[in-house]
Amino acid sequence: MAATADKERLDRDFTELYKAHLRDVYSYAYYRVGNHHDAEDLTEQTFLQAYRHFERAQRESDGRPLRPWLIRIAHTLAANFYRDRSRRPMTQLEDASVLHEPHGTEQLVQEREEVKEVLEGVSKLPDDRREALIMRFALGMDNREIARALGRSEGATKVLIHRAIKQLEESLEEEEAEQPGE
Amino acid sequence: MSDRVEQLLRSALVPVEPPEALSDRLERGLSDITEVAAAELADWELSAMRDPRNWGRPIAAVVVGGAAAGGLVLVRARQQQKKRHATGLQALEKSIRGVADDIEKRLRG
Repeated sequence: MAATADKERLDRDFTELYKAHLRDVYSYAYYRVGNHHDAEDLTEQTFLQAYRHFERAQRESDGRPLRPWLIRIAHTLAANFYRDRSRRPMTQLEDASVLHEPHGTEQLVQEREEVKEVLEGVSKLPDDRREALIMRFALGMDNREIARALGRSEGATKVLIHRAIKQLEESLEEEEAEQPGE
Repeated sequence: MSDRVEQLLRSALVPVEPPEALSDRLERGLSDITEVAAAELADWELSAMRDPRNWGRPIAAVVVGGAAAGGLVLVRARQQQKKRHATGLQALEKSIRGVADDIEKRLRG
């Protein structure tokens, strides 16, 4: 009887986890692998893996949020994905980025161009820096959550994000310097 | 420039909505796990259960199968909720279109 109650509680908790974080996992997967097809595969595998280990993860989480654990599963699976297929991510701007504000055509084109350059810059960053930026900006994770997902200290994560933004900034400046007429 | 870069990152790395079909795929994947776990239990010979070293395997199958079945419930609930929402929107769209047609007719008349 107690086992049934535990199982029901476990199912309910997993349902909550799934509902709360499907978009997070999918967003992470999309920016990590760069296309919807592989992002779906990665999201599916992440949740299936999570099912298998949910009870233990919940027991060991000590009440802490499980989103970093979920993203860590996706992170590990993505690493295997690249090891198996020997390829790098490539982000598709048209499908992913939506500019919601009403703009004039010229401004819209310019913003799209800037966003495209940023995405290209992000895709050229080292894996750990790129992942930290995806977690921070696409998923809205704080330093503590990112640290848990990447298996680092909070201090190291803060430095990682700072360096990632700095490197991206420098690459954008270089790009601008190469196009003086625009 | 860092502030501007952060602002651009916010515009570029927007959250991406998962496609509707993904829930179906997840449901199928979870069903497969349930079936495998159930088959594993059914195929298990009782004689093997006399050896305590073998007790872990069927227990693991029960846990995996149970968790997967729970997942099915959540996926279905989400789909039904979306369908209801879609139907409501369709009805609203239809009624708006009807009012627009009516006004157009009156203006022409």
